[in-house]
This record gives sequence, C-alpha cells and structure tokens, in this order.
Amino acid sequence: MPEPLLRVRDVRKAFGGVRAVDGVSFDLARGEIRALIGPNGAGKSTFFNILAGQLRADGGAVAYRGEQILGLAPYVIWRRGVSRTFQITATFATLSALENVRVARLSHTGDSRMLRRPADGLEVERSLALLEQVGLADQAVRPAGVLAYGDLKKLELAIALANDPELLLLDEPTAGMAPAERGALMALTASIARERTLTVLFTEHDMDVVFAIAGRIMVLHQGRVIADGAPDEVRADPEVQAVYLGEEAWTT
Amino acid sequence: MSPSLILIQLLSGLAHAMVLFLIASGLSLIFGVTRIVNFAHGSFYMLAAYLTYTLTATLPLGVAAFYVAVPLAAASVGLAGLGVEVVLLRRVYRAPELYQLLLTFALVLVIADGVKFFWGSENLTGPAAPGLAGSVPVAGQLFPTYDLALIALGPLVAAALWWLFYRTRWGVLIRAATQDREMVAVLGVDQARLFTSVFVLGSFLAGLGGALQVPRQALTNVMDTSIITEAFVVVVVGGMGSVPGALLAAVVIGVIDAFGVLVLPRASLVMMFVVMAVILIVRPWGLLGRPPAQPRTAGGAIVTASALRVPRPWMAAVVALLIVVPPVLPTFHVWVLVEILAFALFAASLHLLMGTGGMVSFGHAASFGLGAYGAALCVTWAKAPMLVALAAAPLAAAVCAALYGYFCVRLSSIYFAMLTLAFAQIAFAIVHQWYDVTGGDNGLLGIWPAPWLAGPLAYYYLALASCGGGIALLALVERAPFGLTLRAARDHAPRAETVGINIRLHQWLAFIVAGFFGGLAGGTFVFLKGSVFPDYLAVPMSVEPLVMVLLGGVQALAGAPVGAAVYKLLDTVATRYTDYWQLVLGAILILLVLVFPRGILGVVGDRRRA
Repeated sequence: MPEPLLRVRDVRKAFGGVRAVDGVSFDLARGEIRALIGPNGAGKSTFFNILAGQLRADGGAVAYRGEQILGLAPYVIWRRGVSRTFQITATFATLSALENVRVARLSHTGDSRMLRRPADGLEVERSLALLEQVGLADQAVRPAGVLAYGDLKKLELAIALANDPELLLLDEPTAGMAPAERGALMALTASIARERTLTVLFTEHDMDVVFAIAGRIMVLHQGRVIADGAPDEVRADPEVQAVYLGEEAWTT
Repeated sequence: MSPSLILIQLLSGLAHAMVLFLIASGLSLIFGVTRIVNFAHGSFYMLAAYLTYTLTATLPLGVAAFYVAVPLAAASVGLAGLGVEVVLLRRVYRAPELYQLLLTFALVLVIADGVKFFWGSENLTGPAAPGLAGSVPVAGQLFPTYDLALIALGPLVAAALWWLFYRTRWGVLIRAATQDREMVAVLGVDQARLFTSVFVLGSFLAGLGGALQVPRQALTNVMDTSIITEAFVVVVVGGMGSVPGALLAAVVIGVIDAFGVLVLPRASLVMMFVVMAVILIVRPWGLLGRPPAQPRTAGGAIVTASALRVPRPWMAAVVALLIVVPPVLPTFHVWVLVEILAFALFAASLHLLMGTGGMVSFGHAASFGLGAYGAALCVTWAKAPMLVALAAAPLAAAVCAALYGYFCVRLSSIYFAMLTLAFAQIAFAIVHQWYDVTGGDNGLLGIWPAPWLAGPLAYYYLALASCGGGIALLALVERAPFGLTLRAARDHAPRAETVGINIRLHQWLAFIVAGFFGGLAGGTFVFLKGSVFPDYLAVPMSVEPLVMVLLGGVQALAGAPVGAAVYKLLDTVATRYTDYWQLVLGAILILLVLVFPRGILGVVGDRRRA
C-alpha cells in the first residue's frame, strides 16, 4: 500500500473543559477528495486550524508526505505544499485581485522580501493564469474589497492554488453563497483538483455539494470521527443518522 | 539604609500609588469598556487640580472650602468628560484605533492651551488641606499627615469601586462589557449610555486624583503629560481594563518610584519604563489582564482604502522646483525648507510602518533621536568628520531599531504602540540622565556641518540629497514585493501567514528600515540645528510624524512629505501670530479625524475622481 499523503493520528485539542477535537485519526491518499462533515460545533474548524497551523494541538501527530507538520507555523506548512481557504473569506482588501494572487506567488518563489524591482511587473502571467482558471480575469485590477461575495470565494481559491499545493484544505468553501452558485464553484474546484491531481479535504454543510463532489466522507461529532467511508455507507450509518436527526440538510 | 528610612520611603511610595490608582483605574475602565485609549485622561487630572486651586480660593466656606472644592472639581471634570464623550468620541468608536488616539491627543493639546490661557504658565502652589497640613512622627521620622490620609483613602475608593462593580446592575454590565462588548450589545443593553456613563466615571476618577494632588505638589502646565505616561504604565502593567490590576500595578510602580530615587537616582526615570517593557514582553496583557480573545499581529486596520498614486508629472515638477527655486529664496526660507525635508523623511519612514505595515508606532522619535545622538556623539567624542557622523546616524538608529523592534513586532496593535513608546521613553531617559556622555538636558552643542557644507544653499542640497534620496528609496521599498507583502500582512494577517509569509520577520525588517531612514532624518536635522537635546526623543516628537502622515493622507507615501510641509509651514506661521499653537494644532487634528480622515491627498484624489 502506498504511503498516504496525510497521516493523522490521535489529534486532540481542548478549550477549557470542552474537548473540541478528541482523538482524530485517519489517512488521506493522494488524489482523494474527501469531505469532513458534522453538526455545528463538531470541531471541524478547530481541526482545520490545527492542520494548517493556526491552532496548537494538545497532542497527536500529523505526517504530511511522511514529515511531521503538527506544531509548525502556518507559513511553514504552506511552504511544504499544504494550502487552505477560510470559512469567512480571507483576502487582502486593499490589494487588487491580481495583487492578491501575486503576493502568494511571490511568496512561493521566495521573492517576498525582494527590494530591487517594483512588484507591478512580477509574476504577471502566472497570477493572471490563476485568475483565469477561476474565472476572475476580468476582475484583475479591482480591489478585493469591492468584489462580489462569490468572486471573493473564487479569489481565495486562486490564492490557495498559488503555491501549486498538493493538499488543499477548504473550510466551508460555499458558506454564505446562493445555492445556485454553490454547485458551480464546487464543480470548478473539483475540475481543478482533478486536472492538477490535488488532494482535497473540505468541510461543508450543504449535503448536495458533499455528495456531488466527495469520493469519501468522514463524520465528526463531539470531536470524534464517528463514521468514515463511501457516501452511501455513511448515509446508511445509524449513528450518523442519529446525530443528524432533525437536521434539515440530511433529507436530501 | 535604615529600617525607618525604608518605612518612610515605602509610605510615600504608597501615597503616590493611591493617586496613581485613582487615575489609572479610570483610564483602565474606559479602555476596558469603550476600547478608547484616552490620552486626555491626564488633562482631566490637570484640569481638576487647577479647578480645586481656584475653587478653594473663591468658595466663601473658610476651612471647609478645600473639602468642598475637591468633590466639586472632580464632578466638574466628570461633566467635562460627559461633553467630550457625547460630542466627540461617540463619532469615532467604529474608526480605526489610530483615529481615536489622535482625537484624544488633540484634546490634550486643546486643554493644555486652555489651562495656560486661564491660569497662566507660572507654577502655582496649592492650598494645604486644612487639618492635615503638618507631619506626624513615624518610626522616629516625620511623615506628612496628608499622605497618611491618602494611604487610608485609597482602599476606601477601591472598596467603593468594588461595591459598584459587584453589587449593582450597572457594575455587572460594565464587567460583562469589558469581557465581551458584542455580547452585551446583543443582549439589548443601551451601549451608548453604558459608554457615556463609564467615560464620566473614569473622568471623575481622574478629576479626583488631580484634586487630591493639589496639596502635594505645585501646579504646572506639564502635569498632564507627566501623569499620563505614568498612568499608562500602570494600566499596561496591571492589565488594560482591569481595575484590581490597576491597584496592584499602582502600588508596584509607586513603590519602585520611591525606592528608585533612593537607590539609583540617575536611572529613576528609566525604571518605570523598563518594568513596562519587561511586562509587555513577558506577559503582554499585564499582571491581572486577560489575553485578547483573538490575538492579532502588529498590523491593524488603519488603511481601509487602496493605495493612492501621485501622477509622475506632478512628482517631476515638485522635484524640479526643489532643485531650481532655493537659490532665489531668502536664507530663512531655505532653512525652513531644510527642516521640512528632514521631517518629510522622518514622516515617510513612519509611513512605511503605519501606512504600509499597519503598525502604529508611538515611539518613532526613538529612531530620529538615536540618529541625531548617533551623529552628535560621533562628532563630540570620536571627533568624526561630519559626513562620517551623518552616515553613522541611520546606522545607529537601525541597529537600535533591530534590537527593540525584535520585541515590538511580537505584540498586537495597541500593545505594539505601547511597547514602542516604552522603548522611546527608555532611550529618552538614558540620554536625559547620562550626563557624562550625552550632556543630559544641556544636550550636545557645536554639531556643525563641515565648512564647505555650512552655507544655507550647500546644506540645503545636502539635505535634499539625503532626505529626498531617502524618500525615493522608501518609495522603491513600498512598491517592491517587500512593500506589497507588508500591505498584504496588514490587510489580513492570518491569510498572509497561510500564503507562506513570515509576518514577524517582514515587520521586523520594516521596523529596521523605518529606523534607518528615521535616523537619517535625525542626522540631517542635528547638523541643521548644530545641537541635540533629549527632546528629540520625547513623546511630542513621536506624535508629530503621526500627525504629518495623517494630514497628508495615510494611503500614499507621498502623503508624508505633503503632510510634513503643510504641518511645518502652519507651525512656522502660527507660532509667529499666536502663543496658542497647540490649540490650533489640536483643532486641526479634530477636524482631520472627524471630517477628513483620508488627509489632503485623499481629499484631492476624491476631487479629481469626481
């Protein structure tokens, strides 16, 4: 069996007495697109923040391509090839869409401290190509602060792709979007992922999106993985149904 | 040191601590609930002291006059606080912190000149407190009775505050608001009234502190600034927003002050700031404070608009004028221009920090002053040639910036500002008290340019080269990937970190670069004036470039030189026609914050777009 891209073992995190993440373990194979679902407060965002370095775990181990990344600073983890998006869109508001991507590209090429040339002429083609890929080329010169919400989500995706990541972590990529737009964005994400043979781990509340995209689903409840398998298996799992009982999203 | 002397020092430290506690608890309370860092708090304290002086003299109540005057003065100042909160502060609760700070700083200037206007600038000796005027023997030494009374009063005030916070509904709301403002708002509490009442109580406490200080010390025009720095130290050390913390820290600082004078008289000024710096580094949220729920990096939301670019032909025209015009100007005007150039570079170097990096420094005077002293010390002690000394200025400032910047960039917005202030004050205290080397407050004199550069025009062109060149280099830095990355980190720190950017490293480098150019400005300035004084490192010198950057417009580097020019011209003109320059400056600041938050270039830019 080939070595998994990501190997998570017994990751734990408590806030005061609340065990937000309570011993999560799983393997993620290369090229996989996996959803991490669970009711509000299940620990999904906490877990993502631990993976990407925003939060320090209380214990456990995370190996990425066989190397430990748990406890590293976010910028180090990104440089290893793990990229992420945020639940609440995170872009650079006063920078143009092009500059948003350029900052990430310059960071990737190791030029973020360069002084001798104006940034304007650098990384133009690659940055524009990324904007093109997410369908934002016509918005390149507009400041991120004035972009429509859906466009911000796309911009964030473009930023996240700037380091040619191998692993993409998407925290509720369609949160706050109109239902019609959600499908389109996730279809775009999935096609980019396949094209670049990316490995994707995403959290999502919209079950339509989850079942349309994910090859495999994990269910987090009270900080623990209570189910892990193919979509149909997970859907049929009695424990999962109990957790979601009454949640409208599950009626699909 | 005899035990009785130790006891006496301890008691006098405690008496001072009680006054400090009154002021600092009000300051801390206001910050805790409204998140406003109120510079004008010391001005309220001063105002109450002067009011007490006048009321005691005019109230026809005989010996009781003083005891009526104290609460009356404190209440009047509380009322003044009400006016300030309702008329001014209420408009800026949602504005970036920097604008709130500038607004309260404007009040400091206005109140200072107001006090000067009504009471004059001579020191006044206040009345003694009737019945508590003498001294009592304590362990064989005499100790002022009034100070003993203060020591007794302190715990009473603390107990009253405790009752207020833990036994009244209003107190519960205040404690809740200190912990989670948004939640309290959601619960349907009238925030406006809560904020106003807290501000009034805080102002009242400052007033009480000022009124009670009258029998202890002469009234001076500068008692506002001396107390406010001390109160800030207490608030930061105790934990911003924590009243028990203020009590603890007031005692610590008061006692350190009292013994510092005894043990290390020459380092007494510096000790308090060393304590604050250490606390900020080890425990940024203070002894009894809580860490902020969402820690931020040094950057902050100061700039909310996209960068603004000045068209190239305009720049070329300005540069051409600066080269061609001076030979036909009167000498005095040429000297004014040199001063403007130095401050333009000083302000531009701060712009890299606060505009591009979003890091508001309250201690940028450190770079200017350390540059100036660096050059002056080279001339005085190493007999270095002028150009060597000038080159040493930015290097000295950059090396120091590297040292203290390393700690500063670890802190978030307001704590960052406070730590830069602390380091600037430490530098100030060192040059002020290290007579043998720096000449203390006599400064260092005779720091003149080489003979061939001493003429007005020759020195002007040197300044144009050093400062103009410096600004041009800063422009390159801001446009380079490094500047773009700093802006990204300012706009959204977590996002920047997750695109592989080591934010602290970038901010530290920016701090060093800003220090370098601030030092170059200081070096250019010192050879213009021929002397250097500790004032170059004092708080007003840190505030001036802040005002210049905002006046010109924080969204563009070009705003800094524009702001410097307008500010210096106003200063030159206004001081010729009025003794109340601070009042004028304060009024300008209030206008800037409330009406033109985007500065001159912002206004011009809007016009052109429209």
